[in-house]
Amino acid sequence: MEIVNLTLYELRQKIRDGELSVCEVLEALGERIAATDSTVGAYLDYNIERALSEARNVDLSLPLGGLPIAIKDNINVKGELCTCASKILTGYRAPYDATAIARLKSAGAIPFGRLNMDEFAMGSSTENSAYQLTRNPWDPSRIPGGSSGGSAASVAARSAFAALGSDTGGSIRQPAAHCGCVGLKPSYGRVSRYGLVAFASSLDQIGPLARSVRDCALLLSVIAGHDPADSTSLDAPVPDYTANLREDLRGIRLGIPKEYFSEGIDSHVRSCIETALQHCKELGAEIVEISLPHTPYAISTYYIIAPAEASANLARFDGVRYGYRTANPADISELYFNTRAEGFGSEVKRRIILGTYVLSSGYYDAYYLRAQKVRTLIRRDFEQAFQSVDAIVCPTSPEPAFPIGERTSDPLKMYLSDIFTISANLAGICAISVPCGFAQINGKKLPVGLQFLCNFLEEQKLLSIANAYEVTTPWSRQSPPI
Amino acid sequence: MKKKEEYVATIGLEVHVQLKTRTKMFCGCAVEFGAEPNTNVCPVCLGLPGSLPVMNEEALRLTALAGLMFGCEIGPVCKFDRKNYFYPDMPKNYQISQYDMPFCLGGEVPLHTLAYPKDAQKAIANPGKKVRLVRIHLEEDVAKSFHLENASGIDFNRAGTPLLEIVSRPDIETPEEAFAYLTVLQQVMVYGGVSDADMEKGQMRCDVNVSVRRVGDEGLGTKVELKNLNSISGVRRALAYEIRRQIEVLCGGGRLEQETRRWDDAQGETVLMRTKESAHDYRYFPDPDLMPVKTERFVAEARGRMPELPWAKRERFVKQYGVSEYDAGVLADDLALAAYFERAAAGSKKPKAVANWLLNDVLSALSSAGKGIGDCPVSPEGLLELVDTIESGVISGRQGKEVFAEMFATGKRASQIIEEKGLKQLSDVGALEVLCEQVIRDNPGPVADYRAGKAAAINFLKGQVMKLSKGKANPSVVSEILEKKLAG
Ligand SMILES: [Zn+2]
Repeated sequence: MEIVNLTLYELRQKIRDGELSVCEVLEALGERIAATDSTVGAYLDYNIERALSEARNVDLSLPLGGLPIAIKDNINVKGELCTCASKILTGYRAPYDATAIARLKSAGAIPFGRLNMDEFAMGSSTENSAYQLTRNPWDPSRIPGGSSGGSAASVAARSAFAALGSDTGGSIRQPAAHCGCVGLKPSYGRVSRYGLVAFASSLDQIGPLARSVRDCALLLSVIAGHDPADSTSLDAPVPDYTANLREDLRGIRLGIPKEYFSEGIDSHVRSCIETALQHCKELGAEIVEISLPHTPYAISTYYIIAPAEASANLARFDGVRYGYRTANPADISELYFNTRAEGFGSEVKRRIILGTYVLSSGYYDAYYLRAQKVRTLIRRDFEQAFQSVDAIVCPTSPEPAFPIGERTSDPLKMYLSDIFTISANLAGICAISVPCGFAQINGKKLPVGLQFLCNFLEEQKLLSIANAYEVTTPWSRQSPPI
Repeated sequence: MKKKEEYVATIGLEVHVQLKTRTKMFCGCAVEFGAEPNTNVCPVCLGLPGSLPVMNEEALRLTALAGLMFGCEIGPVCKFDRKNYFYPDMPKNYQISQYDMPFCLGGEVPLHTLAYPKDAQKAIANPGKKVRLVRIHLEEDVAKSFHLENASGIDFNRAGTPLLEIVSRPDIETPEEAFAYLTVLQQVMVYGGVSDADMEKGQMRCDVNVSVRRVGDEGLGTKVELKNLNSISGVRRALAYEIRRQIEVLCGGGRLEQETRRWDDAQGETVLMRTKESAHDYRYFPDPDLMPVKTERFVAEARGRMPELPWAKRERFVKQYGVSEYDAGVLADDLALAAYFERAAAGSKKPKAVANWLLNDVLSALSSAGKGIGDCPVSPEGLLELVDTIESGVISGRQGKEVFAEMFATGKRASQIIEEKGLKQLSDVGALEVLCEQVIRDNPGPVADYRAGKAAAINFLKGQVMKLSKGKANPSVVSEILEKKLAG
């Protein structure tokens, strides 16, 4: 078996058993990136040489000893560029490690490359990167999803064993679904946000993308936990998420939200999901219909709260202290205006303007305040639902990956591709996407993702349920043709 | 033409006070005045991408303490909001502040006579006035900009320092009341250890709004904001000028504009900075990086740190030590002076005499030496010893002055100086009787005069005893002995 096809877990075992050396692994990985990334475009940059030199001192007995992990470009890795795929952070180097990175490093992992994304994580296709396009490894004419498109594409293309991404409205799960890998969004506060460049502070979470649920569990066990540097991080014990992962669903009640299956789901996706639900039943699960009545308001709520927070979070990029600065401004206003006009892409500007508008005096109550109230109702929908079911199951995305360029001029249609993922962020609960089959379109196999959602801080249950599904189906072990 | 006397002023003050914490509001950087630029900085206070704020609990405690000291209402929960505006001295281009759920609401600042400027203390229009507060909230300070010849520089050391904003109601009507208000604020901050509140160091800054209106008019006049006020006396001068200016404009039939004016202390005038701008929309919203704060614990901890407030201390000094109300005021005005006094007065039978010595001799010696009470060479215990030595008649008051000067110059104890200089008064009755008998023997003339009813003649005899004793005889003991012997 080819090295690059191994899961993180298998890789760790082979390294520990001395079957593989970290050097061999890194060299194989370097060759794979060189062979695929000119097509896929997942990496903004990577450094195998430095990884090799770091590997020499690594303690292989550590939980992630010697394992290379690729990192989304909005997470600070000390000494590395951190641009959020934006021109406005051209040349900006992280002066410190994000807490998640520090934890990876102290567990022996080697962050070795920066992954492409939608600028400031705003987008669902990675087309909003200021630097390059990332293509879907299953069909390079299609988008990989977003905003963690580079993370999902690299893991799927076997040019990374696992990656960190960030999820504000589906940015881990939707690209994982489109690329055929596993993507986990932890509960809000489970993983420290310190060092994740903020998009929408009350929604952002760092999470893993990998080729198996067990790999995600392994990474979560390392990066989760309370961080005194993040006031919103939770002081709750971190179990070993890889322990006791089940392989059946006996005694598990799965809820299907009727609002999610009404319309607008692509027929290929629908049939994959139906097969998957049948499979869950065969694994012993009881499937019941539930209601999440405030679902229709999720997208508008999200597109008020997230841009509002973003409009303040992104105000610091002004050309005064770091990053891109316009040439020869006449005065301070021109410095601000021109730096931001030239430095931000159009989707980022659209959301800053939207967020500024909804916070403006006279509009605040009608938009922001109301959105916060609806958010509470959405959270209650889930609380209610989880009183009768262990997990909620639904598609991750209503359709498979769409062609590059198809929606760049239609932001509203683009926003709708997050319809099944956004609610988990609004409610703060955890959710995971696992591959559940393929849509055959124009002779190409396009992965479809199945989403499980569990209550706040129930990552262990979530991973266990997803694992049962994943290990009893063949989908996560498929390699793209590239 | 209207007359000047027909106008009254309305003054509102917005005071910013830097809290006396070891570290900044949301990060671990040191709060330090005068450090090299940009040395007390980190990703958080520089607003670098990915950094997050973490609350400084000492700042919350001090804010609670400020609220308790001014009798504010403190709700069970307060929250922090982002105040959005672009300015180069704002690292994030939003300031973490408090909008609709501030830490403290209401409260009042009692003005007392001595807080007024010295020359205004005789004629206080409204004695015992209390200025009501709107609110006290907690926020982060911004950085400091420097304008160089061809560029600007920003020092982020100050960015993120915890800052109280204290907003008064427009209760203040004269520059002197504004002076007294700021003096009391400063005093109370120092009393509570909440802030050093030194205006020259920028630890206390204030913005002033002032308008004038005709007596009897219902609405307020056009508001003018004053900037660049760097001392409490500067605030008084600026307000006096500005009120006069506004009244003159109105008396001359002119109209006032809503504007911001800069006080030029050297020229003694306010200068137009800008006229009314379109009201800024700060787009406040709750900071999602910070949880709302439950205040109960901080209030409880602050309660344990409540100092005796200046007004309570004044009252107690009058009652406990029998000092005059004026002296109590002067003593309580300065926390260090009050503490000095209490240490000296506590062991004294004549605390009033201690107060007199402290307020006259000690303070004047300090002021000519250019020293503060904190570095007084005479300790409170030393002063107590001196005053007791005088009060018990060991040395005379005049000798006391000499001894004090020596104590102040050398730091020696009174007893040591008295010993060295042989200043001790002779009060031993046996020894003095011998001297008195000799004087009576040697001066039959004055003795006869005294006995013939010329009472003043005793003074001559007393003088002779003093001479014989080389000035050491205790005059009152001598008088007693002479009177007895001459009568007998
Ligand atoms: Zn700092």
